[in-house]
Amino acid sequence: MVLEFEKPIADLEQKLQEMKDLAQGKSIDLSADIQSLEEKIKALKKETFQNLTRWQRVQLSRHAERPYALDYIYEITQDFIEIHGDRSVKDDKAMIGGLGDIDGRSVMFIGQQKGRNTKQRQERNFGMANPEGYRKALRLMKMAEKFGKPIVTLIDTPGAFPGLEAEERGQGEAIARNLKEMFKLTVPVICIIIGEGASGGALGIAIGDKVFMLENTWYSVISPESCSSILWRSWDYKEQAAEALKLTANDMLSNKLIDGIIEEPLGGAHKDMKTMSKTLKETILKALAELDKMKPDKRIETRINKFCSMGVVNE
Amino acid sequence: MAWFKRTDKGIKTSTEEKKDAPDGLWFKTPQGNIIHTRELKNNSYVCPDDDYHVKIGSKEYFEILFDNNQFKELDANMTSGDPLNFTDSKPYPARIEATIKKTDLKDAVRSAVGKIDGQDIVIACMDFNFIGGSMGSVVGEKIARAIDHSLKNKIPFLMISKSGGARMMEAGFSLMQMAKTSAKLALLDDAKIPYISLLTDPTTGGVTASYAMLGDFNIAEPGALIGFAGPRVIRETIGKDLPKGFQSSEFVLEHGFLDFIIDRRQLKSRLSTLLRLLKN
Repeated sequence: MVLEFEKPIADLEQKLQEMKDLAQGKSIDLSADIQSLEEKIKALKKETFQNLTRWQRVQLSRHAERPYALDYIYEITQDFIEIHGDRSVKDDKAMIGGLGDIDGRSVMFIGQQKGRNTKQRQERNFGMANPEGYRKALRLMKMAEKFGKPIVTLIDTPGAFPGLEAEERGQGEAIARNLKEMFKLTVPVICIIIGEGASGGALGIAIGDKVFMLENTWYSVISPESCSSILWRSWDYKEQAAEALKLTANDMLSNKLIDGIIEEPLGGAHKDMKTMSKTLKETILKALAELDKMKPDKRIETRINKFCSMGVVNE
Repeated sequence: MAWFKRTDKGIKTSTEEKKDAPDGLWFKTPQGNIIHTRELKNNSYVCPDDDYHVKIGSKEYFEILFDNNQFKELDANMTSGDPLNFTDSKPYPARIEATIKKTDLKDAVRSAVGKIDGQDIVIACMDFNFIGGSMGSVVGEKIARAIDHSLKNKIPFLMISKSGGARMMEAGFSLMQMAKTSAKLALLDDAKIPYISLLTDPTTGGVTASYAMLGDFNIAEPGALIGFAGPRVIRETIGKDLPKGFQSSEFVLEHGFLDFIIDRRQLKSRLSTLLRLLKN
């Protein structure tokens, strides 16, 4: 899949490949042309990705080739044991979790998981968790607390699932309880938006000592499409809505609603998964080292004060 | 031939002679029962014929609950900022200003401290008239400070919710109000101070997914719409009509997320009993 603004780059890359193939087969020397084309591609990439609109970043956050939670987890851990079920209703496959180790340190991972193909997408419910998903997440967090393991959550959801059974089983209550309980966790909690961060469905696993966003992700109270349909009464204003919502990592950081931005490789996380995972791992380890120095009480107090300072009012 | 014949043409009543018949003197319930508004007020804004609970705001709830309508309002002058320079069909500050003018309210929640049958209580009550009772920074901050007041003075906290959810015009900021209010409720939890959450028609979205569902007691008025996702969104998602009574207070009670449903006419006495039982 190639996005509209990725197309000029993809075209040049294809040309480059053709040129390389041509040069290989025969004994013509095209190295000068190849080099100049490579430089041209690099410049175009830089220009494109430095000037992305908010809507383009939303598109990147949903890119079909973008790495998902389990991709990162398997990449950055030596061992990983996935844990299932909320011990009450079922195993929600839109919310995954388990114990893994990064550089010898055990961490409880929790995250929303999307699918790669139609079958998987259905199984993962497009990354939209039901109440049992949030309850599963809370169960794993409590387990992490019991065994003194830090928690890393990877957020990637278009929202909590708005279905019939979700309402019957208390979607609102499940998310609300997570918010409250996450403030009480005695272990370090690091939350990272790796794709889409839609509203309460994202926040339900995003109360952390450190909240980061990858460079090309979004995090807000509503998706640009839904915002457009409510405020403009049409689906056509999603680009305007994305601008108005100020939902990118840059926006969220400048409004002090997150703690940091994690840089993506040029062209986006999906272009270089290895580099992205390495940066992600380094960020987690650095944050953990910082949080380790604080006493649990102090960490909780700081966590509470941070979220309580968010908001702008006139008095 | 008609038995009545009008001799004079046109209406001849002079302005001074006209009788004053004010609007809104009578109220018609969805079932069609008509009741005089004074009668309605004396009946806690519940229609005696069909028990319909009229949607009311903070002014009426305070009047119903606080002894002799005596209370001290907290943060009465807090108003909304415009952190995102948000503009849709009109700029957010203009929308706020127009709403303040129209409703005589400062934002979608009012908080106050007073007494219920002589027992201290802090009440925060939402007003649906103010941009659909939407939760922005002011709502979050006022609730947070009301809880601070409860914490400091060890007084039980009652939250009356009535909201369509988060306020889009404050985007990320409004989302974080869910976190803020939940953080304060975690502190209230640790301090073992009672928190009663009353859900009224309607309570949906981010409000349901934060403070409204976090009570030691989650209670509701009869027939209220209570849910996370709105009925329209769910209908579109599943592509089917919703069963009758879906997301009503009775439905939510049946599924185990409410402690009890309370008729507004018994609200004060029931709250009073509950507070007493918790204290003694």
